[in-house]
Amino acid sequence: MDVLDRQIINELQGGFPLCEHPFAEVAERLGTSEDELIRRIDALLTDGTLSRFGPMYHAERLGGALTLAAMQVPEADFERVAVLVNAYPEVAHNYAREHALNMWFVLATESPGRIDAVIAAIEHDTGLKVYNMPKLEEFFVGLRFEA
Amino acid sequence: MSATPAGLRQSAATHAAEYDELDRRIIVATQDGLPRVARPYHAVGEQVGVTAAEVMARLQRMLERGVIRRIGAVPNHYKLGYRANGMTVWNVPDERIRELGEQVGALASVSHCYHRPRHLPGWPYNLFAMVHGHDRNEVEAKVAEIARLLGDADRGHTVLYSTRILKKTGLRIGG
Repeated sequence: MDVLDRQIINELQGGFPLCEHPFAEVAERLGTSEDELIRRIDALLTDGTLSRFGPMYHAERLGGALTLAAMQVPEADFERVAVLVNAYPEVAHNYAREHALNMWFVLATESPGRIDAVIAAIEHDTGLKVYNMPKLEEFFVGLRFEA
Repeated sequence: MSATPAGLRQSAATHAAEYDELDRRIIVATQDGLPRVARPYHAVGEQVGVTAAEVMARLQRMLERGVIRRIGAVPNHYKLGYRANGMTVWNVPDERIRELGEQVGALASVSHCYHRPRHLPGWPYNLFAMVHGHDRNEVEAKVAEIARLLGDADRGHTVLYSTRILKKTGLRIGG
């Protein structure tokens, strides 16, 4: 990753224009060419430096629902439970964390009512309690990293 | 790491769907990303059968309504060297949570900040703030900054470091 890659990553976290030639507009700001910018973005996506490029949709405003849920999984059972949980397409992210509650996952569903159904199904499959921690209020969203 | 300016947003749990059938086709066409071609909105328009101008107008409207948070890039923070990912959780008085949540969310080191329900007796924490750092020392310094800000309102906190990503996919809506 060189200086231009870092500039591209920082610039593109701030937004992407809605116009006929948006790559050309961003390229001009960065002092590079449209072709070069497109090549760089493709490469950053391919090597995983960027995980997404495009519109970030807001799940709840699309009529869907999100929640964060946690489980206390016995260490010996961890891999088996991870497979069971991850099998649900509604499980968008799942992280192992250092705590008695050691498995934390985000459920994203197309309708709010589906959250409870998926939680009940996961409890049934795993025999473990799922702690549902939906956001009650959002104070900030705007993940931004300086490259 | 820097953060965009904080703003309080309403919990969106009660929002009805704020998009129509054409919006939905545009969402389905772009939820995996924008085409990397000179005129990406033309490419999307061809795919969904409308003009580029219509695609841009719809995207603009969805931005204004908050259906789209922003258009841009999401970096993989691990690849950028932010290897320590701490979910910091705090037990703060409910009657002060909005005031405190806004203050914690406004810190440049905090990338997400939410009020979530307690699960007593085992889980007394009601304020969640995600903190990223290059290493755990950097995260701990940021946790100390939050603790200073909260002062007496901090009735207990802990940090849950992630040790492994078990799954990571995006939000999907059906086509």
